[in-house]
Amino acid sequence: MVDVTLRLRRYNPESATQKKPYWEEFTLKNCEPTDRILDLLHRIKWEQDGTLALRRSCAHGVCGSDAVRINGRNRLACKVLINEMGADTQPHIKVQVEPILGLPVQKDLIVDMEPFFAHYRDVMPFFINDTPVPTNGRERLQSKEDRAKFDDTTKCILCACCTTSCPSFWANGKYVGPAAIVQAHRFIFDNRDQGAQERINILAEPNGVWRCRTIFNCTPACPRDIEVTKAIGEVKLAIQRNSPDGIIKITDIKEAVFSS
Amino acid sequence: MKTHQFDAIIVGAGGAGLMAALYASKGGAQVAVVSKLYPTRSHTGAAQGGIGAALGNKIGDEENPDSPLFHAYDTVKGGDWLSDQNAAKILAEEAVDAVIELEHMGLPFDRTDEGKISQRRFGGHTLEFGSKRLAYRACHAADRTGHMILQTLYQQCIKHNVRFFDEFHVVDVAMNQGVCTGVAAIELGTGELHLFHSKATLFASGGWGRCWQVTSNAHSMTGDGAAAVFRRGIPMQDMEFFQIHPTGIYKLGILITEGVRGEGGVLINRHGERFMEQYAPSAKDLASRDVVSRAIYNEIKKGNGIGGKNYVYLDIRPETVNRYAAEAGEKKRIDREYIESKLPDILDFCRTYLGVDPVKEPMPIQPTAHYAMGGIPTNIEAEVVIDENNTVLPGMYAAGETACVSVHGANRLGTNSLVDLIVFGRRGGKNIAEYVKTAHFTDMPDGAGKEIEAEFNRIRNSKGKTRAFTIRDAMQNIMNDDVSVYRTEETLKTAITKLQELRQTYFTDLLVDDRGQKFNTEVFEAWELGNLLELAEITAVSALNRKESRGAHSREDFPERDDVNFRKHTLVYREGAPYSVEQPKYRVTVEKAVDISLETTDERFLPKKRVY
Repeated sequence: MVDVTLRLRRYNPESATQKKPYWEEFTLKNCEPTDRILDLLHRIKWEQDGTLALRRSCAHGVCGSDAVRINGRNRLACKVLINEMGADTQPHIKVQVEPILGLPVQKDLIVDMEPFFAHYRDVMPFFINDTPVPTNGRERLQSKEDRAKFDDTTKCILCACCTTSCPSFWANGKYVGPAAIVQAHRFIFDNRDQGAQERINILAEPNGVWRCRTIFNCTPACPRDIEVTKAIGEVKLAIQRNSPDGIIKITDIKEAVFSS
Repeated sequence: MKTHQFDAIIVGAGGAGLMAALYASKGGAQVAVVSKLYPTRSHTGAAQGGIGAALGNKIGDEENPDSPLFHAYDTVKGGDWLSDQNAAKILAEEAVDAVIELEHMGLPFDRTDEGKISQRRFGGHTLEFGSKRLAYRACHAADRTGHMILQTLYQQCIKHNVRFFDEFHVVDVAMNQGVCTGVAAIELGTGELHLFHSKATLFASGGWGRCWQVTSNAHSMTGDGAAAVFRRGIPMQDMEFFQIHPTGIYKLGILITEGVRGEGGVLINRHGERFMEQYAPSAKDLASRDVVSRAIYNEIKKGNGIGGKNYVYLDIRPETVNRYAAEAGEKKRIDREYIESKLPDILDFCRTYLGVDPVKEPMPIQPTAHYAMGGIPTNIEAEVVIDENNTVLPGMYAAGETACVSVHGANRLGTNSLVDLIVFGRRGGKNIAEYVKTAHFTDMPDGAGKEIEAEFNRIRNSKGKTRAFTIRDAMQNIMNDDVSVYRTEETLKTAITKLQELRQTYFTDLLVDDRGQKFNTEVFEAWELGNLLELAEITAVSALNRKESRGAHSREDFPERDDVNFRKHTLVYREGAPYSVEQPKYRVTVEKAVDISLETTDERFLPKKRVY
């Protein structure tokens, strides 16, 4: 058993007295080392302060609702156990939880996800193949090897941990961000799909892949262990190799720099 | 109060809702999907092991391939002969085409060496009418099949410009002149009430696993749609049948897919015995879920749980799997890499939450509340029906877990939930597209939304002493203790009394802190609790009334199946004001006939003793 002090970033848009975000500490007695951060947030909400606002649903890392910044790192609150913060060796630990960065905070840990999903929609995140389906009424065939080429990026749950850990996205919210590129990768490298050229054209724009500076924050942030930076690199290579039109023009770069 | 008008409103954005939205939209209807979550957060995404369809892709089975008829039989037998056989036939037949269609939409299924959709074994799926040959029928994408279905359908909805109202919480259903005219919803971000006026409304709002303490279900699985419909006078069907899945992670309830056993994993007690050999000599660990869950309960009762506690082991270590495969004379051998590629998420859950590596150690598991077989009664066209005579309520549809077609009968087979979403979601969407072409808008009832607004204001301003959490926790313990795998008249009566007390507390002594309008998640949680309390109670009431044991409903005081008196569907009706401290009256009937159209022409479908 361990006592935990949670330092939470709070914001209530309807508060008459606290107009700005602020920090508040809660102490919880007798926590189990195997408790998730989500369990602790729930205990605060359910036992101490019902006004605490957060999103969550599945509580085991597959729905992507509860991306937050825990001790400075983007994580899913339901996938972090406090034993990794020394809860199994120390009598009292302290954990800091705040909203993910780069998206407008709406209340406490809840941010506006709409800009994130708008970027997702920008990359045409859907299967495109207008050729007739097999006449025998069966599936299109795909080899195991071809299927494996995009397996990693099919795991994405759109939690925004990667995009909101990216300094390039923080600096410029017009950048589509790692998650959108991961989604595009899933289709560009699926040999059944025929929309690669269009997606590549979109991602070759100034707010596409080239705003990625290979900082690598996205990869460790991914709760699904997707090699995000690698996927972005593969899309960059695809643009350079496959599409002469896709290589960025110097005029576009200038325009992008001056307008941001 | 804002008002919107659409031809069709789809409540919920999981597999059934998105499939219905897609088809209604393709059919020319103006559609809006109203969902309390962002669509990709829906619980369909947590489904793991596979979607059943008799594709017959397994190499080596060409001589005696799988067939939809076998799938239909397994579904009927799995449902302990309470499934409507016309629905089971449709499910099995349309599954083939529906799964192929998902592939054509881009769903990245795993592949066989021939490049076809890869299939694995699953509990209760056999070839040739329950023979010893187990079917390779579960089409899968690793152990995240539901995730891929949800993503693919959402992607297609974006492609087809389906309109979404995300984080709009549907809280009431509007009816006028015997027609469903739409819904009332509250926007999470603003607290504002919206009326959605429609010609057709389809409920695809999911199950209510959060009635139980140990559950595989997301926090959001609170049966909101079912409860809202029920409060407006539509009966609920077969509520006593709630599936307790055999393998949840010990204490946490997180699901460990049946696919683990499909890939050769076995259940082991404290003595190292593969105990399923005693309970299901033929199918063993791949018997139906109710059978396996009872076996685990029995082992625990006999003191055979690990260390005498209330859990057993699920063992997928290559050496274990290969040993039993060799004993069974199977050629297939697996290694660590195979498990890593076929069950990556399961390994991740166990490593993250238990610190257990299933490749090296067995997983501690216990049964976990998983799936509602019962729900809003519908016919095979996904139209809601309101009595024993299958009278259709115009304009109201339901599909997916919240609906009761009834295709799953008394116990759902693994993989059939995903099939249900796709097959009956699609039927609902197609039918709605046709219906709205000729139907007209019936006026919304006078004062629509007023009652629910008042109820939300009551909750928001509750100044009692008991937090929603306290009531919910008590309810979940009652359901786990008294309305679980085994039931008796005594446990059920105790449960009903205690649940009614909790209901009183909920209406008279609730404490809520947050009086705000914006993102007031506390008020929504409290409202969801009201739904859970209602559904928990009618689960117990329906169970008390069914004096037999069938599928997931095991009465220790009535251990046998009684086809003469109880091979019928339960309907529970509610009488009373929708939101009132006064205890509503629940009237239960067991009169609604089971469709037996398969067994009347094919005697192999006739009920018999259910052994695996």
